[in-house]
This record gives sequence, C-alpha cells and structure tokens, in this order.
Amino acid sequence: MSEPAIRVENLGKCYRIGHLRQRHNTLRDAVEERFRSLIPGLTARLRGRSGDRGNEETIWALDGVTFEIPRGQVLGIIGSNGAGKSTLLKVLSRITEPTTGRAEIRGRVGSLLEVGTGFHSELTGRENIYLNGAILGMTRAEIDSRFGAIVEFSEIERFLDTPVKRYSSGMYLRLAFAVAAHLEPEVLLVDEVLAVGDAAFQKKCLGKMNEIAGHGRTVLFVSHNMMAIEELCDRVIWIQEGRIRMSDQPRLVIAEYLKAAVSRTTDRIWDERTSAPGNDSVRLHRACVRPMNGQSTDPINVRTPFVMEFEYWKLQPGNPLGLSLDLLNERNVLLFSVGPGDTRGPEGGSCPMGLYRDSCGVPGDILNNGWYRIGLRVHEDLRPVFRYDDILTFQVWDVPKAKGAWLGEWRGVVRPAVDWRTERIG
Amino acid sequence: MIDQLSAGQRMVGQTEAGPAPEVGPPVTVIRPSRGWAPLDLGELWRFRELFYFLTWRDIKVRYKQTVLGATWAILQPVFTMVVFSLFFGKLAKIPSDGIPYPIFSYAALVPWTFFSNGLSLSANSLVGNQNLITKIYFPRLAIPAATVLGGLVDFGLAFLVMVAMMLGYGVVLTWNVMWLPALVLLALVATLGGALWLSALNVRYRDVRFAVPFLVQFWLFITPIAYPSSLLDQPWRTLYAINPMAGVVEGFRWALLGADTAPGPMIAVSTVAALGLLISGAFAFRRMERTFADVV
Repeated sequence: MSEPAIRVENLGKCYRIGHLRQRHNTLRDAVEERFRSLIPGLTARLRGRSGDRGNEETIWALDGVTFEIPRGQVLGIIGSNGAGKSTLLKVLSRITEPTTGRAEIRGRVGSLLEVGTGFHSELTGRENIYLNGAILGMTRAEIDSRFGAIVEFSEIERFLDTPVKRYSSGMYLRLAFAVAAHLEPEVLLVDEVLAVGDAAFQKKCLGKMNEIAGHGRTVLFVSHNMMAIEELCDRVIWIQEGRIRMSDQPRLVIAEYLKAAVSRTTDRIWDERTSAPGNDSVRLHRACVRPMNGQSTDPINVRTPFVMEFEYWKLQPGNPLGLSLDLLNERNVLLFSVGPGDTRGPEGGSCPMGLYRDSCGVPGDILNNGWYRIGLRVHEDLRPVFRYDDILTFQVWDVPKAKGAWLGEWRGVVRPAVDWRTERIG
Repeated sequence: MIDQLSAGQRMVGQTEAGPAPEVGPPVTVIRPSRGWAPLDLGELWRFRELFYFLTWRDIKVRYKQTVLGATWAILQPVFTMVVFSLFFGKLAKIPSDGIPYPIFSYAALVPWTFFSNGLSLSANSLVGNQNLITKIYFPRLAIPAATVLGGLVDFGLAFLVMVAMMLGYGVVLTWNVMWLPALVLLALVATLGGALWLSALNVRYRDVRFAVPFLVQFWLFITPIAYPSSLLDQPWRTLYAINPMAGVVEGFRWALLGADTAPGPMIAVSTVAALGLLISGAFAFRRMERTFADVV
C-alpha cells in the first residue's frame, strides 16, 4: 500500500500563555469569566478592576505544519529549544490536541517522550517492567514474551527484585530504555531519549534504534544529537518557531541548521578578570581563530594555514596549565584533539601566576570546507580543571575550482593536499 | 476528537466486487475537537490491562513505608465506630433501629470509608500523575478509576472486621445478603462518579484540593451513618436517598443485619442518582481531559 504511515496537514497548536497557565486556575476566575461573557456591560468594569486582562498572549507552538512519512521511513526532527519539536510529538502521540489541522497515523503508535515514564520508585524492577510496559501500550502477553530480552538488554538481572529507588541512575535508565525499546509498534515517536546516560549506554541505545529502524518501522525521531540523526534518519525536518523551515536529506538539513544555530564566533575577549569564564585556577581573557597571516575577521579557506589562540590568567602558582583543543565539524565528528605536547613552562616544573597566551598553528590543506567548532579543555597535572565547549566556531570556505573540475562537494572529513602523480609507465 | 477505524473498513465503500479488502493497520485520526465527546468505551476496553496494572500499582504502593501498613484500612472505620458508639450511641442515645449501636454504625462505616477515601485519594490522582499525563497517551480515566478500584482491597479488609462483629453479636444472616454485591457495585458507581468529577476539576482548579476534605466531612453528616434514616418520615426518607450513599448505607444494614427498614425505594433512588453522577462525571471528564496535558 502506498498510503503514508503518517500524514500531517496544516497542524497547528496554540497556547494561551499567561491565561491558561496563571490566570484561569481558580474557580473564582472561571466564574468571573463566565459572568463577563454573559453580561457584556459588566465586562468593562471587571476588566477595569482586574487590570490587563485584555492582552492575552497566544503562542503558536506549531503553525501550519504539513508533511508525510512513507511507511518504513525514519524521519528526524531538529530545531532549537522551544521550536515546537516536542509539541509536534505530543500532538501526534495524542497527549494534547491540536488547535488546527489534522493528522492521520496508520498503525499502532508507540511513543517514547521520556525514558522511565511511569516507573514507580517503590516497585521492583520486575514489577516496573510490567507496569511500564502496560503504560506504553503493551499487553501482558507481549510483555511476558519479551521479558527475557528486556532483562538481558538492561543488564539488571541480579536486581530484578530490588525496588528501583535503590538503582543507580545508569541501571534505572537502562531498564527504562529496555522496556521502551521492546515495544514493537508500527509507528514509533521518540523524543531525545539519547540525551541521557553515559557513552556506552548511548551507543547501545543508538544500536537498538538502528535495529528498530532497520525493521521497516516508521520512526519519528527528535534529537539534538546530529550524529544520531544523520546516522538513523532517511530524511530530516528542521522546525523553527513552529514552522517547517527545511525538509531534505539529513546531511543538507543538518549543515544548514548548524550554520544558523551556531553563532559564528571567531574572536572573543573577556576584559573583566572576575567575570570571565573560568574558575579559581584559570580565567579566560581571549580566544580567537584567524588565518596565520591575518585577522580573525579574515576568511579561512581549505588552503589557509590558521592559528587558534588563547589568552588566560593563571591564578594559582605551581604546575603549568595544560590546554588542549578539540576540533569538531558540523556533524559533531571530532577531527582531532591537540595539546602542547612535551613543551614545559620556562621554569621547568613550576610556573608563576600571570597572563599567558597559547597559540596552536594548523597547516593549510587539512580541513575540508564546512563549519567547525573548537572546544577548550584545561588540565593541571592531568587533572581537568576547566572545560568550555564550542568556545569558537568558524567556517572554512572552499577555494574556487579550476575550469572543468568536479563541481560537487568533496566528501570526507579532511581534505589533505596529496601528492598525486600520473605517469605513463608503459 | 479521535477516531480509530481500520483502514480496511474505511475502504469498503470504495472497492468494487474485488477481493475482500485486507484489514489494514488501525488508522488514528487526530484533529481538534469541540464540545462534548462520546465516551469511547471501546478504547477503555482496549486498555483494560492498563486499568489492571494501575490498580495493582495503587494497591502495592498504598501502604509502602508505613509502620502499620494495611492495618490503616481497619483502624479508620473501627475507631470511628468506637467514637460514634460512645458519643452518639451512649451519650446522645441516638436510635439505631433496634440494632446494637456499634454494629449499626460499623455496617455503614465500611462502605462510607470506601467512598470517602476513594474521593479524597482520587481527587489528587491526576495531578499526582502529571508525569504520565504529559508524557504518554492512554485513557486518562484509568487513573482515578484505578485509585477507586484500589480501595476495594481496603474495603475487603474492613469487611472482615464486619464479619467478625456479626459473629460476635450473633447476627443471623437473611437472604437479604444476596443483594450485597449489587450494593457494593452501587457504592463503586457513586464513588467513581464523584471521583471523575473531582479529579478532572482538580486539574484545572486546585481549589478542589481544599474543598474535598470539607466536602467529605459534610457528606458524612448528610448520610445516615451515625443515625438511622428512619428518623425521617416518608416521602422524605425516599427523597433523602438522592444522596447515593444514603441508599448504600441503608442497603448494607438491611442486607447484613436484617434490619426491617425495607430500603427498596431508597436504593432505587440512590441507584438513579449514582448512575447520574457517574454518567455526567464520565462525560465531563471526557470534555475536560483534552486539555489535561496543557493545564496540569
């Protein structure tokens, strides 16, 4: 059948802020409201008394959203916080009603808007598997038949009969995800479940999500994890202020999204030592990325050698501070992580307080074109003392291409200048 | 409004003499709704296991981390009975239809405790489960209903004391006792009706939280627990049963203690009132539930 699994037409959701949330919550208000709507003459007087009732603010969390998802497709939804992603999932999973439009979903719907919804801390792991399964929409027979797989996935076998309030947060998350992952609906709505847990857990979840997607089920997947989105999804929708801004292949949408979402910052200065980012050991003074022979406002292209420069106050005497830099691309891939290597401070072991500058030169012909982000980490004696992700972001431009050359994008995370020769050898 | 219908069914009108349409996956249509919505009993049926598990959860969790545990289910009515017997029975000499006052009041307190606890606990049930309401879809009715149903266990425990007292007082059972299950059902209907109204209203108007203790106290006095309804003359006695708990309480006495009050008309009136409360509560609940996730 060619009917899409999900068809959304002109979906809108309007929230009345200030009105529903704060002002309508007592019976007195409701009664007053009724009266005002009954007796128009009274309205003015009452309004005069109760002040600024007139300007109720409304917000369209979703506004005219239209899309279709064919059966078996994995659709990613990205957007900044408050863009309407979660509202969309809430409407589709019927938690809240839309204000306008309609949606049609073909097949049994399972939604996973939060890991561990409905867990009761007083109940044991075993009891929670059944309770949570039932809340997610599984029948008892289904839970029975998947019980073994759930326990195995969650790795909590020994603690099955322990109340979950005694679980570590990792165990709790694993169990919660395990139950949800074994729900086997035709349409699965998932919100940001990968945002929790440690790296191993996230990897496991991602693997499971991949498996679910591979089984031809339709998945709607909201996440801030661009890697996960790109890896799992067939198509991505970017939502901004309740509207669809872009809908295309994951790679294209993610690149556009990051361009807009990550503000471009190539030079930052903090003058005030007390309020600069940092702590008792170190405070930043300046961070900038610039071409080797230029200013931070000058463009960097794939051939340009460039410098990442950091100035900081060292606030404690003693061992030198070790900085290390992470360079990530727009898909969150860590290209490299560098540090000063073996260079020590001028006094060998110890070095005094003061303002320091570290520069890290990167040769040209390494990075591919695209957006890059720099993360800074500061160590003292191998002990991390400070961390600042995305301290700088910059763009590496492509160079003008020779006539007749390949016009598409170069693939790959790096673009080294290679020594390529073609010889006639026979 | 939300409809669930099979794609197969939907296509019936369009197919012409072809092979029988395969039954496709269920189609969920989501669109804004206005006004009163049907109850959708089919959906409640599909989620019957959830009712079971939520009830089971409420029962399991109810007395966790209490010292006395399920003893509370007995302490409440028993102590009330003792106090009532001392003050109303001994001191105020309130008549008790010729039945020893302690068992006269206890027979009423057993269903009453079920009713009052059901109302108090369920009124806060939706608000207490807001993490569920804002994160997952299921018929919201399951939450207050599970709370009320969970009270049946307490009811059973309190009823054991009733049986012991009947043995102690040498009460001879009559055939009237056959009506007991129906009377329990009546108590359940009345409690559920009140629970649906209060829990739904409490989502939006937290005033309910303060009103409920007062309401329950007030209701205790207008129900013939400490006194017999025979204090009223007909037709007022029958009319009095508009309070559904009046019929339940007099029914319990009649069924268990063989009191010759012949409360038939009262029970009939109470049944109508309880059903009215339940049906109106269910529709009101359906109407209010669509904004629960936004308002709670």
